[in-house]
Amino acid sequence: MKELIKLEHITKNFGNLRVLDDFSLTVHENEFITLLGPSGCGKTTILRILGGFETADEGKIFFEEKDITDLPANKRNLNTVFQKYALFPHMNVKANIAFGLKINGKSQKYIDDKVDYALNLVNLKGFENRSIDKLSGGQQQRIAMARAIVNEPKVLLLDEPLGALDLKLRQEMQYELIRLKKELGITFIYVTHDQEEALTMSDKVIVINDGYIQQMGTPEEIYNEPENAFVADFIGDSNIIGGTMIKDRLVKINGHEFPCIDEGFGNNKLVDVVIRPEDVIVRERGAGKINGTVLTRVFIGVHYEMLIKSEENEYEWLVQCYEKYDIGEKVSLDVIPSNIQIMNKPTSSDEEAIDLDI
Amino acid sequence: MTSKKALATPFMIWIVAGTIIPIGAIAYYGLTDRNDRFTLENVLAIGNSVHLQALWLSVLLALISTVICFLIAYPLAIIMKNSNFGKRGFMIFLFILPMWMNFLLRTMAWQVLLEKNGVINGMLEAIGLPGQEIINTLSAIVLGMVYDFLPFMILPIYNVISKIDDSIIEAAYDLGASTSEVITQIYLPLSVPGIVSGVNMVFIPSLTTFVISNMLGGGKINLIGNIIEQEFTVSSNWNLGSGLSLVMMLFIVVSMIFLERFDKTGEDSFI
Repeated sequence: MKELIKLEHITKNFGNLRVLDDFSLTVHENEFITLLGPSGCGKTTILRILGGFETADEGKIFFEEKDITDLPANKRNLNTVFQKYALFPHMNVKANIAFGLKINGKSQKYIDDKVDYALNLVNLKGFENRSIDKLSGGQQQRIAMARAIVNEPKVLLLDEPLGALDLKLRQEMQYELIRLKKELGITFIYVTHDQEEALTMSDKVIVINDGYIQQMGTPEEIYNEPENAFVADFIGDSNIIGGTMIKDRLVKINGHEFPCIDEGFGNNKLVDVVIRPEDVIVRERGAGKINGTVLTRVFIGVHYEMLIKSEENEYEWLVQCYEKYDIGEKVSLDVIPSNIQIMNKPTSSDEEAIDLDI
Repeated sequence: MTSKKALATPFMIWIVAGTIIPIGAIAYYGLTDRNDRFTLENVLAIGNSVHLQALWLSVLLALISTVICFLIAYPLAIIMKNSNFGKRGFMIFLFILPMWMNFLLRTMAWQVLLEKNGVINGMLEAIGLPGQEIINTLSAIVLGMVYDFLPFMILPIYNVISKIDDSIIEAAYDLGASTSEVITQIYLPLSVPGIVSGVNMVFIPSLTTFVISNMLGGGKINLIGNIIEQEFTVSSNWNLGSGLSLVMMLFIVVSMIFLERFDKTGEDSFI
């Protein structure tokens, strides 16, 4: 795939606060790339620098190998879908969508055709003359998309576009966005703090915290092989436990030795171990390695979610399983080797796990 | 219902005593002669060439002042919206500051500045330039109007502009609009309610002022406000003064209705 956008060593401060520090990123043509991170991590700032609404203090931006660092927003061949849609309240639907085309001096015929096409694409045919305040949130969202894509940008920047919608609509719009991306064949750069959105839609997820890239990869890589505790904790629920790597393919957790599939960490080295709650196997007492007592249990749809307190060291395991165990019941836990993910201990505070869920 | 009506009592008393009775009195004086007989003479006196000329001059000066105020206030409001919080507060403070001083004192200060042997001419002469005839000219009156009424243009416009979401402006740039296109196609249409309020609040007092024209026009330039004032004070002809006032009221109401037509949102309505 061809390189489309390149951010090189971008640094940005707001006052004394360093939001981005030496941030570099390459975006390829026709990618659905998601910048994922907690609020304040710098992901929106990256998007705003790309859109031309903020200037980087240091670093360069290249678009198709041309330096666009100092190019103003109205000269860039990319369009933005804003968080709060930012539709023009004094114009109707059609005038909103046609705004960019009119500015660029397109003929009325071309504009009419394009508006038709865009409304069709976002499933809002016949809405031309509606006023903006008569639209629901989801409809405004679609109009904002339509307004951006009629200009045929090479890249669409989306700043948490589904953030203001309710859950059901959000899930619907996720499929809609994937479809749009396929039909348009352009690059989407998507900013969100919602890990589910990131995993469902993206070709590539970039997990950001404190202005640094924590991990970059496909949704599967990010979920199954988190590189550090922050990523493991931020993407989905997980148990992050301190352990000791005894030798290659053998790790000690909670005083018990578990075979695993990771190598190259060295012998008798302290590590962090990630085990997803759905990967913990609950058995009758004695049939597993770690003994524990069920502390809490909630039914969350397909399965039960439990906290099981380990008897050896008081660690509370987050466990998801289909069988029902009673609170207070004594059980044993086990994990198969391929579900144990070993990570190096964090070297800087930036990678420190943060307590977001549970 | 009754308790709600009771709540309105102080306001009703105020409206009756402060607005309805005086307007009734003006209407009565304006539509009668000295012998209390009904006549339209006082109203039709606006057709008198002296009065017509004064009205025309008043409208002209009020329009010029309003346009100048707008041209100063509008770009300023946009700049204030885009400046950081502390700076913005300071700028608003600077514009409100003169309003803390008495209106008459401020106008008098201009008199002292503009006088033939005043501060400005003194400074001009000190650097070897000839003194200018500034006081008692139309320009001096316009200057006074702009100075006195500018805050009333800035505040309502700033109020509306500051509420325009930044992302709407960014969206316009994002879609390729230049700064002038953003101003004409986004800022202006979205700030119509503020502009209408501002224009009302500058145009009407400028149209009816007699103090500014008295002090900076040296009594030689008669605006319609001066003529009405003189009918009440110098000529003691309350009937003619009231008749002309009625015409002015009608004139103002008509111009406000005309202005409100621009304001489709119906907010900040004055009528």
